[in-house]
Amino acid sequence: MVTSSTTRSPLTFVVHLTVLFLVVMWTIPTAGLFISSIRDKDQLSVSGWWTALSASEQRLVTRIEIPKDQSMENGQYVIRGNVFAEAGDNTVSQFGYSSLKPQAFEAGTKAEMKKGKTLIVQANGDYVITSPKAFKGRGQRVFYTAEIPPRFTLDNYREVLTSEGLGKSFINSLTVTIPATIIPILMAAFAAYALAWMKFPGRALMVAAVVGLLVVPLQMSLIPLLRSYNVIGEFLGTGSKTYVGIWLAHTAFGLPLAIYLLRNYIAGLPREIIESARVDGASEFDIFRKIILPLSFPALASFSIFQFLWVWNDLLIAMVFLGNNEEQLVLTGRLRELLGSRGGNWEILTASAFITIIVPLGVFIGLQRFLVRGLLSGSVK
Amino acid sequence: MGQLISALFVMSIGVLGCAIYFYGSNLLLDICFPTKNRPHLVIAKNLRITNTIRPWLFIGPALLALGFYLIFPVFDSLRLSFLDRTGENFIGFDNYSWLFSSSEFFESFKNNMLWLIVVPTAATFLGLVIATMTDRIWWGNIAKSLIFMPMAISFIGASVIWKFIYDFRSGDDAQIGLLNAIVVFFGGEPQAWITIPFWNNFFLMAILIWIQTGFAMVILSAALRGISEETIEAAVLDGANGVQIFFRIMVPQIWGTIAVVWTTITILVLKVFDIVLAMTNGQWNTQVLANQMFDWMFRGGGDSGRGAVIAIIIMVLVIPIMVWNIRRANAEMEGR
Repeated sequence: MVTSSTTRSPLTFVVHLTVLFLVVMWTIPTAGLFISSIRDKDQLSVSGWWTALSASEQRLVTRIEIPKDQSMENGQYVIRGNVFAEAGDNTVSQFGYSSLKPQAFEAGTKAEMKKGKTLIVQANGDYVITSPKAFKGRGQRVFYTAEIPPRFTLDNYREVLTSEGLGKSFINSLTVTIPATIIPILMAAFAAYALAWMKFPGRALMVAAVVGLLVVPLQMSLIPLLRSYNVIGEFLGTGSKTYVGIWLAHTAFGLPLAIYLLRNYIAGLPREIIESARVDGASEFDIFRKIILPLSFPALASFSIFQFLWVWNDLLIAMVFLGNNEEQLVLTGRLRELLGSRGGNWEILTASAFITIIVPLGVFIGLQRFLVRGLLSGSVK
Repeated sequence: MGQLISALFVMSIGVLGCAIYFYGSNLLLDICFPTKNRPHLVIAKNLRITNTIRPWLFIGPALLALGFYLIFPVFDSLRLSFLDRTGENFIGFDNYSWLFSSSEFFESFKNNMLWLIVVPTAATFLGLVIATMTDRIWWGNIAKSLIFMPMAISFIGASVIWKFIYDFRSGDDAQIGLLNAIVVFFGGEPQAWITIPFWNNFFLMAILIWIQTGFAMVILSAALRGISEETIEAAVLDGANGVQIFFRIMVPQIWGTIAVVWTTITILVLKVFDIVLAMTNGQWNTQVLANQMFDWMFRGGGDSGRGAVIAIIIMVLVIPIMVWNIRRANAEMEGR
């Protein structure tokens, strides 16, 4: 387009490189999160996600289980086994029997322990422990340094979805988001049609008010609404934190943008269509239902994507108007709680974060066309 | 499963209730004042009545919702700011004098100003640069999609993503945070980035810039496409180079759009809350107004007076943009 004359300049190479650099900068954070979330949690905590494909060295410990029937070989009691719980391409480089010297012996060498016991750990993890007397009490601890090949797993997801309660929160998020997306669209579409095509006193003032309300910060509403909700909740006996309460809150906070976008769109529809329908005797409700709604589909779709993303990603309103119990905690709230309680457990945090962003990302990628169109009609006026 | 079913049930009641109102109320109006198969005079009278009532049926719910959730609270917040923590006793300007003598407020105010300067500037500038460059290359649309993607991510999700990048391990442990790994790779000392006063603000801002650049890019890219080719061709013929064309020809033509993008991000920045809450909760001198307000809403059972005062400060900062928006919208309507 505009730059057809400059495309062939040597600058083009620089442009390609700069854009590539920026794209990498913008995608790496999310990529790192995703890769980390499918790594084995022991590997995740000792090495960066960019090393995910190379083997990692880990210091591990295991306790030898004493079997009921101890076998005898050459007058010695012997226990055999493998330090690794699961078979794999793991290799032991060093081992030891004391936590003070966990790397005292090379794999394959014999360690002489107290009371005539011996311990050998092979590179493949097989161990042999011998003792002149029968083993008793708690089993011997074996410390070993192992090369663990890269391991990818969905265990992190399984854990957060069940024991960390992400699964429940996912449903709670849906319960909040779907009505909080549909209700404002209905309300705004009717209001937008009235503001665009019906005649009644105060119309111009209302349009100006909607534009003004577009930027009123949410913070102004929080305290008064919290107080009102407490009073209403007490009066109705339902408590102040209900799903209906948060739907209505999200609806109202989304309405200015919805009315603004839809009014602009509906006002731009050709006058002839509406006039001729009126002449034919159609009621305003029929005109709205049969003509306006189908024609405004692109604008409705754009706004519903906005509202969906906004409600799904909202933390503030959910924290104020919903409780933080199992039945009401939404994904963003849950993630915030985990950030406090599981601050260092990156396998939990990364998997949880990925679950909270997967739905908006899907919506975003699938419906980007509508989203961009909506953004443009909302901002380039 | 049980939860899913009850959730579906609750959802359909909510949505149906809303639909039934619109359908039912309009049907009722048509039944009460029929405009068909009646004498002409009756029809004319009924038409007049329905035409007066119907707009209010259409706009009523929206009006009520906006009134209760947005307009009434503005005045109620103003009222509460003159009352004590319980919102019952009048205490005059005490909350205001508390605010202007509190060091915490000045810290958040200062930080907010920093955010206001850095984030809209950086996001708009980067967005403009990326929009210009991606228009020149064949894989520009893919690049744009990827840079646009963080827009879909919640602030709290983005905070986790970036907290992981800023992660710090003390001692000789391998750094699993990308930033520290890079620093160590180049022979530097790893740092606990988000605890370094003043500079930590910038690490928090990076998150919002990361999210908002895509927004700026998409809108500015569309505006750039609207520039007439003749002006550029004329400049090329006159021997202008790329930089001159960009700053002297292209930027002035999309100045209006740049302003819109700038103000939109500015408003967002004023309300920034989730990022600070998740990353530091205002520790290490990173407090901002919105988070401080949230804090006072619940701190020690909640102080509605002080919370309201902070909300009003945010509101006052927004008012210039609000006035500008309304003026622009009015000018546009007259132009139609």
